[in-house]
Amino acid sequence: MDNNVLHIENITMQFGGVVAVDNLTMDVNKGEIVALIGPNGAGKTTAFNAITGVYEPTNGAIYFNGNKVIENFPKGKMRKLYSGENNGLYKSSIVKTPDKLTKLGMARTFQNIRLFKSMTVFENVLTAKHIRRTSNLFTATFRFNFKEEARMRKETLELLKLVGLEDVKDELATSLPYGKQRKLEIARALATNPTLLLLDEPAAGMNPQETEELAEFISDIRKKFDITILLIEHHMNLVMDISDRIYVIEFGKLIANGLPSEIQSNQKVIDAYLGVVEEDE
Amino acid sequence: MKFWDKNKRLICNLCFILLLFAVLVIIQYTAPSTSMWFSVIRKVCTFSLAAVAMNLLNGFTGLFSLGQAGFMLLGAYAYSIFTISSDMRTTVFRNYGDSVVTFCLPMVLALIIAGLVAAFFAFLIGLPVLRLKSDYLAIATLGFAEIVRGIVQLTQFGPVTNGPDPINNFTSPKNILVYAAIAGICISIIILLINSTYGRALKAIRDDEIAAEAMGINLAKHKQISFVISSFFCGIAGAMFAMCNSAVSAVSFTSAMTYQILLVVVIGGIGSISGSIIAAFIYYASSEWWLKFLDLETVTKTGTKIPLLGPGFRMVVFSVLIMIVVLFFRKGIMGTKEISVYDGIIKIKNLLCGKKEGAK
Repeated sequence: MDNNVLHIENITMQFGGVVAVDNLTMDVNKGEIVALIGPNGAGKTTAFNAITGVYEPTNGAIYFNGNKVIENFPKGKMRKLYSGENNGLYKSSIVKTPDKLTKLGMARTFQNIRLFKSMTVFENVLTAKHIRRTSNLFTATFRFNFKEEARMRKETLELLKLVGLEDVKDELATSLPYGKQRKLEIARALATNPTLLLLDEPAAGMNPQETEELAEFISDIRKKFDITILLIEHHMNLVMDISDRIYVIEFGKLIANGLPSEIQSNQKVIDAYLGVVEEDE
Repeated sequence: MKFWDKNKRLICNLCFILLLFAVLVIIQYTAPSTSMWFSVIRKVCTFSLAAVAMNLLNGFTGLFSLGQAGFMLLGAYAYSIFTISSDMRTTVFRNYGDSVVTFCLPMVLALIIAGLVAAFFAFLIGLPVLRLKSDYLAIATLGFAEIVRGIVQLTQFGPVTNGPDPINNFTSPKNILVYAAIAGICISIIILLINSTYGRALKAIRDDEIAAEAMGINLAKHKQISFVISSFFCGIAGAMFAMCNSAVSAVSFTSAMTYQILLVVVIGGIGSISGSIIAAFIYYASSEWWLKFLDLETVTKTGTKIPLLGPGFRMVVFSVLIMIVVLFFRKGIMGTKEISVYDGIIKIKNLLCGKKEGAK
């Protein structure tokens, strides 16, 4: 598929005896906003961390823009312990640290905002530009890269204008209100020139009005930056509003996927969220 | 005018540095040769470079390393071995026949080699050690410094390091301007580095390692860069220390030396270059000079002996002073800020004209 950005294949994530993500297969196509939802503890963030290279998946493979970026199979102690599916399907082990994946064009935000605390808004975004440098340590220290440095600063300023943080650019990142910190985190991720943006619960801790603004903001950046977005979220309103497709997981297993309207009426999903009344015999 | 607006802070700071240098020139050529200024300024230059190098690692990258004395020792030995005068070499190395280094390099070249030797060992040590975090890293680097100190004293290395005997008779200028120039150039390079894109990456690692990695900063590589560069300048500081003392002996590079540097960094402010330099001056001026009178038994005119004054009392007072500083300046003298002469002038101007602070 030409327009496939992210293809997750049979990813299983097992910690000791606990299978946190069980045989998850997902696709994200170019230009889409895809949401991954599920009840608390369903394994959403674990899946996210496996995609972004924070964890090595126990089994499975991940393709990014058509290239295999991550592959793993149960090794060592896990060989005996492994209780997931597709054992033996994957033979090689490709591990990439988060920074390598970011370089390939994956950028992420965090559930609990992780900004660079001692830096201003401008510096936060400027730091993320470091990844696309062409200068080396020597040329950077002695300012032979002044053209590149000027370009970085110009791009940063433009980016801040686009996301509407220009007026607070010289303020300390942590002094911003919560909603703007979220925006800044997204802006910082965008500064790495990603093709895929991964948002980990962007609306966590936001009130309904802020959430609405965020929904607008996310659809807005998709248009402006021509970007693909995968997000994890709890706020159903936000998810139903902006996503093109939704994947639902429960206890690490994929239980449904489809359009927002399909998901809303899916009995399995409703059961997962509201619980099923088990009838006693 | 636009140029002035953009660069006024830089220009003012540069003028201030020139002024300081002019003061040093005046001291060098007018002060009596017995003046304490000379030895104090030599030490201040040496240890402000060491403190700034440590600050690069501890304050700007967030790596808590205590290997400074080890790297300074490597630098000091490398410098002294390469600059020992050829007619004195056999005398100094009399227990081992002759030094393996049979030539004498000019001072600047030897200084760079001193830095490179320290940097090379930092690179090797960094590969395994930089995987550790906070306290563990501190212990590992401290261990390294102690090991180095032990190894250079082995008689097996005699032809290179002169074993446990000190090395002397190497190039050791006494002109304070030489020290100021070396420290000035090295510190300028560190400042340039910190304000470059790499410096921002290092600060990002200090602020949040996980976020930094997610933003595409290669942690292992950048930590290694910081560690190696910091050690390079520690090596040069070690060479300067050797010049100060005109003799190098492994026993003077104890962990207490690292703690002194750490103290200077903490007093000045972790993450502030100008703080480190100010603190280095205050620390060494007071411990070597201003508080020296406390060590002397003094008798007043009336014949009574002033109580408590006597050998060792200086350190008691000094320790109390440090405790006071740490208690009242929780973040050090400068915190994470840098001195800006321009802002200072504006503040004073406002104060004199009676304007309230913050009024724009």
